Amino acid sequence: MNSKWLPINEIAEKVNNGSLSATDMVDQALKTIEQNTEYNAIIVTTADRARERALQIDKLIKSGTNAGMLAGVPFIAKDNFLVFGAETTAASNILKGFKAPYQATVIEKLEAAGAICVAKANLDAFGHGGSTENSDFGPTLNPHDKHKVPGGSSGGSAAAVVLDMVPFALGTDTGGSSRQPASFSGCVGYKPTYGLMSRSGIIAMASSTDTVGVLGRDVTDVAYVTECISGKDPLDSTTIESDPAGYMIDKPLKDLKGIKIGLVSEYMTDGVDPDVKNKIEETAKQLTALGAEVIPVSIPSLSLALAVYYILVPAEISSNLSRYDGQRFGYSDPNAKDLDESYTNSRTRGFGKEAKRRIMIGTHVLSSGYYEAYYKKAQLVRTKIINEVHKTFQSVDYLIGPAAPTTAFELGSSTQDPLQMYLADIMTVGASLTGIPAIVIPAGTVSGMPVGLQIMSPQKSDKSLLEVAQLAQKEINK
Amino acid sequence: MYNNVMVNLTREDVHRLAMLSKITIAEDEIAQMQKDLDSVLAYVEKLQDVDTSNLEPTNQVTGLKNIMRNDEVIDYGMSQEVLLSNVPEVEKNYIKTKRVL
Repeated sequence: MNSKWLPINEIAEKVNNGSLSATDMVDQALKTIEQNTEYNAIIVTTADRARERALQIDKLIKSGTNAGMLAGVPFIAKDNFLVFGAETTAASNILKGFKAPYQATVIEKLEAAGAICVAKANLDAFGHGGSTENSDFGPTLNPHDKHKVPGGSSGGSAAAVVLDMVPFALGTDTGGSSRQPASFSGCVGYKPTYGLMSRSGIIAMASSTDTVGVLGRDVTDVAYVTECISGKDPLDSTTIESDPAGYMIDKPLKDLKGIKIGLVSEYMTDGVDPDVKNKIEETAKQLTALGAEVIPVSIPSLSLALAVYYILVPAEISSNLSRYDGQRFGYSDPNAKDLDESYTNSRTRGFGKEAKRRIMIGTHVLSSGYYEAYYKKAQLVRTKIINEVHKTFQSVDYLIGPAAPTTAFELGSSTQDPLQMYLADIMTVGASLTGIPAIVIPAGTVSGMPVGLQIMSPQKSDKSLLEVAQLAQKEINK
Repeated sequence: MYNNVMVNLTREDVHRLAMLSKITIAEDEIAQMQKDLDSVLAYVEKLQDVDTSNLEPTNQVTGLKNIMRNDEVIDYGMSQEVLLSNVPEVEKNYIKTKRVL
């Protein structure tokens, strides 16, 4: 994609040597946001705080101090990250007015490296959705066609990158929420190995699969940001050590000789749009031309992943959303007569339809008499999927496939049928349930709408995944 | 017992789930909610036929165990005032709720 932004490392370098100013970078981002309000990618800007931080950074640099590896680089965070300078709502009415008392660890890390958050991006409320239509602030529109959805739930973040508002944006990815919008909107969307990036200060959806997502124009930038925000965090006990080799791509791969790639048959079924399938097959040929051996592989249990996901995730949602009780934060019914009515009325008015549906499904699958048949069974099938995926990685190094069965769909076409909407996640939930890293890169267009190629690799092999994805993106763009 | 867990939810089931979830579903929205929940439950029904003998359930994927820290006070630089600023009703630095009974 054409972009007015330099590569992220070059922006930081130029800001640090004084040939660019952080203030100009922030102004450029805010101006582009202003020019694209019609897409509704942004819930709110953090303009005042961003300008203040830019001034501080410019001053620091004038005094001869290096302001960090992301000095002056503006970014946008999905509105489920706790960030100072604006409300944090998760696009839900129940959190309107909520001001973060602390910031997410990854935001702190980005700020410590000199990056500047300029705005909060729209999402499906609490991350519940695949189209960003389920936002209490209205839908985000696809940058390529305003009648279509940008994907979701990180649709605002993806659209912001594609509309060139900022060089990168943060999303989250629980079942595909950064990868599927990257595919629908046409940018890079990366879900790291589960645990690689801290979730402290991110509004929880389903804790056993929630990850940070990084969205950018190219893999090089995404790897650069990954370097800055990965690793163990005392505030999130599920985090893992980052790769001692780091994530920046210092020595780009020249070819894929000796690499075996499996094209996942379960993601290339008749249910997939034939044009999307063709695109993926074309890119598979490009990978072959780079020297990789691409072979079809079957992982039969992946066809069960969505069913597992829509038991486990609502169960975790019903638990995570129980904290919204109208007492300590968020909307509270001022006229409730007693505590029970206060809980019920605050939740009834504060939550949207989809949150209610998921809470109730979760409550059902966890309730006595159903727990064994639904929740425990789903956990067992999850083990089966993990075992099969691990076994497949004994014979191939990477897995590829589309990120979604179609290109972006029409606004309003799936909102009346929750199951139809859930099917948009069918090719992304597998990596979420197994905890492996996955990245989506643009793989051309079908009738003007972007198609994404998804690449997956074994747990904790993020660095080599990013390297392969970088070369693949370069080859596809040729 | 895995066979035939799938029974369509009744209106009473939906009421009961709403009550357990501390959510009110209006009478005229019950039928739609019933339909929505049923369609999801019907979709996930396919798991019942999967052979999962000799497998352990997955609770988490990191393999991490018992992450401990020393039991000491850490200053996160957050004042009581900031922490209470989002509370709907505060009295004398306490969070005030409606009466319980």
